[in-house]
Amino acid sequence: MSIAVSESSAKAQKRSIGAVLWDYLTTVDHMKIAHLYIFGGAFFFILGGIEAIIIRIQLLVPENDFVSAGFYNEVITMHGTTMIFLAAMPLLLGLMNAIMPLQIGARDVAFPFLNALGVWLFILGGLLLNLSWVFGGAPDAGWTAYAPLSSTSPGHGVDFYVMGLQLAGAGTLMSGINFLVTIINMRAPGMTYMRMPLFTWTTFITSILILFAFPALTVGLFLLQFDRMFGAAFFDVALGGNTIIWQHLFWIFGHPEVYILILPVFGAFSEIFSTFSKKRIFGYTSMIFATMLIAFLGFMVWAHHMFTVGMGPIANTIFSVATMAIAVPTGIKIFNWLATMWGGSVKLNSAMLWSIGFIPSFTIGGMTGIMVATVAADYQYHDTYFVIAHFHYTIVGGTVMGIFAGLTYWWPKIFGRVLNETLGQITFWTFFVGFHMTFFIQHFLGLMGMPRRYWVFLEDQGLDTGNLISSIGAFLMAVGVIVFIINAIYVWLKGEKAANDPWDGRTLEWTTASPPEHYNWKQTPLIRGLDCLWLEKTEGNGKMIPAHPLKDIHMPNGSILPFIMSLGFFIAGIGFIYQTDNKLWYIALFGGMAIALLTMLVRSVQDDVGHYITKEELKGEAE
Amino acid sequence: MTDNTNTNQLTDYHKQKNKEEMKRNVISFALMIISTIIAFVIVGSGIMDRIFAVFLLFILATIQVAFQFFYFMHMKDKGHALPAVMIVGGTWAAFLTVFGLVAAVWW
Amino acid sequence: MNHDHIFNPKSLPHSPEKATLEGKNKFLGLWFFLGGETVLFASLFGTFIALRNSTAGGPSSEELFGLELVFIMTILLLTSSLTSVYAMYHMKNHDYKKMQLWLGITGLLGISFLGLEIYEFTHYITEYGFTFRSSAFGSAFYTLVGFHGGHVTFGIAWLIVIMIRNARRGLNLYNAPKFNTFSLYWHYIDVVWVFVFTVVYLMGKVG
Repeated sequence: MSIAVSESSAKAQKRSIGAVLWDYLTTVDHMKIAHLYIFGGAFFFILGGIEAIIIRIQLLVPENDFVSAGFYNEVITMHGTTMIFLAAMPLLLGLMNAIMPLQIGARDVAFPFLNALGVWLFILGGLLLNLSWVFGGAPDAGWTAYAPLSSTSPGHGVDFYVMGLQLAGAGTLMSGINFLVTIINMRAPGMTYMRMPLFTWTTFITSILILFAFPALTVGLFLLQFDRMFGAAFFDVALGGNTIIWQHLFWIFGHPEVYILILPVFGAFSEIFSTFSKKRIFGYTSMIFATMLIAFLGFMVWAHHMFTVGMGPIANTIFSVATMAIAVPTGIKIFNWLATMWGGSVKLNSAMLWSIGFIPSFTIGGMTGIMVATVAADYQYHDTYFVIAHFHYTIVGGTVMGIFAGLTYWWPKIFGRVLNETLGQITFWTFFVGFHMTFFIQHFLGLMGMPRRYWVFLEDQGLDTGNLISSIGAFLMAVGVIVFIINAIYVWLKGEKAANDPWDGRTLEWTTASPPEHYNWKQTPLIRGLDCLWLEKTEGNGKMIPAHPLKDIHMPNGSILPFIMSLGFFIAGIGFIYQTDNKLWYIALFGGMAIALLTMLVRSVQDDVGHYITKEELKGEAE
Repeated sequence: MTDNTNTNQLTDYHKQKNKEEMKRNVISFALMIISTIIAFVIVGSGIMDRIFAVFLLFILATIQVAFQFFYFMHMKDKGHALPAVMIVGGTWAAFLTVFGLVAAVWW
Repeated sequence: MNHDHIFNPKSLPHSPEKATLEGKNKFLGLWFFLGGETVLFASLFGTFIALRNSTAGGPSSEELFGLELVFIMTILLLTSSLTSVYAMYHMKNHDYKKMQLWLGITGLLGISFLGLEIYEFTHYITEYGFTFRSSAFGSAFYTLVGFHGGHVTFGIAWLIVIMIRNARRGLNLYNAPKFNTFSLYWHYIDVVWVFVFTVVYLMGKVG
């Protein structure tokens, strides 16, 4: 458990476990909420990783029986669902929550209470989804849950999928709105839009994507829930339903979702390349424009996941061309990163290694993306390991490497320690080699015809060696992840407290303490240009100029209500799942909803306007 | 003699502006009611051909929604650029969604 | 420093709902939320349009819908939108009592709308056997119109809470943004209804 030095007193306080627990249960502070997202995301990343190892052990040799076919379906479903919704998204939300307010000079986000609600909905939603393992079986219809398999799959597995994702998804939507309003309304004086760091820009654009993509998933999940739990006929062909509706709704969400996964790490990479080349990012304006274009186009390509469904050649072609168009702004970004390094004073530490490793990895993923975007060719690739190779190259080569890079870079700011560089390099190299071992070979497995989601492959089909190598690579990746965790624990216990600015940074977050006081700055800084800290270092005295004299700081109060509200929805979720078995479960359903609604009422009726930290208290504190 | 309108206090100038705005809102409301009545009459009387009726109904709905957004919700006023962008963005995503579901589902 | 200037301001500015950072944040936050709701309702509309002819041998929209009832419901909701505009007009003129009056009328009109809708649904279920489960068209109809009705219900509950809570306080910089936020939400519900009556009922009758 992280014990952040966050009280107003300059003296470090020794607090009991109970006090720390209560602090985190009631916090509305963006940095502590980021801790919760990162711990939660890391926990689920490990779960998803174990699921991956189980898959690769099952596929180590032909016709293996390490797990049963039914269990294998549950494992692949949970691996995908957990990794995307419960690992990657929260880790990214954690980074955005921790760093974006610091980069724009804000003391917190626009809606701190809503921020807390978001993280608890994520945690309880993830918990709900994973409870399925012990309550009758996990969902087994794939992470994409296509109807009618998902609408008719027996048992409660898919019900857990629906309710877990509704909860977690609601939390994400709240965060999206929160980040947008924060960036628009709460920038420090002098921080114009065109002086915002690129990580803030990508947070902004990602939040717009979240706002418009998640409602489609919400509706899709409701329709699935209604069909499964209440006898509706959306996907029941006998009563006039249509199963393709699910696919459209899912992918109208699903495609923007993968851009939600990649844009924040694009922002993080921009910061890292710039800082460790000691050079301003090349083509700042074109980076922003390219990101906007990727986001815009990202909404218009969803049916490229459905080329083989039978939409016809004209529709397929339109989506195909739109998909290929996204390569252009992405390519602009790749070249801009390379140009940033060119002529710079490059420092090859672990954060930079992750970034440099990302460039060829993600580019390969993008290249195979163009291949699968070609409709006629996709009829061969679809549902083979070629597609699995493609999306792991983009998601692992892009998002996961970006998360490692961003965590390494911002670890000092978030947790007050610098990660050990040697262990960091070991992590990188084992993971990087393992990653390519696992997934490069899968391109060829796919081209040789190995279908995806099959629990066994047959011998004498030429697939044995490839699968063996792929599985060994997975073990190497696991080693890398374990080393990272050891690194984190080691520096927490043994490392020194980090300096404000361990990397000689260029942006505003490096002007606060590591980690910052809960009010971030005593006085809001004045921003005088892009890379505002670097400007002060080169043209000023190395410190930010305050934008106003010392005055009282208005901060929000903590509250247990977000946790209770999420708990209410969690209980209602269980009620929804089991009411088909026994009417008594309606008590949980209505009881849980009542708890949630009552909490909303209490919040509405309470006059919680926060508190002030007086300037006398501030004067008393160390700088 | 002109008022100092640079204050954020409620002056006669603001009161006058509020009154004018309210008048515009009432006119908008009347137009909305009329367009509703026209829509219902078109369908109820069965006068028009199906294709034309659907087309006209859609236009009437759009006009009414525009009144709601721009007048009742002040989207035409200063300080509403970002809300307008969000609604336009949302409408674009909405259009894609509806188009995809309607056109492609029964293809 | 305390919060007295929010609860008991010496004089109210001309746009009290946007005078504080909290007010500005709530304003933007709700508009963005409405952008997301646009996509939510679009998904429901798309699903409905795709399934509107999937009657599974049951009644179709031409047989089911009565335009008179829908017309009355529309007038009620549209008028409630106007009354909420009146309420905000009075709020901007710092006339708290008149604001409360017009908000109350808004709520009553909303409740009448809901009452008629419940009557309508009951009528379909008992007279025609047209239920949520009887066909894909039924599922889509009740989900789309029901979600809208659910939003109206939530809105009325919200209105009742803020009106009762702030009944004796007078207008201040703390509750002004709350009333404004509600009012924007209420207008949006009317926007959605315009599309509902057009796409579901009118186009349903046209065939």
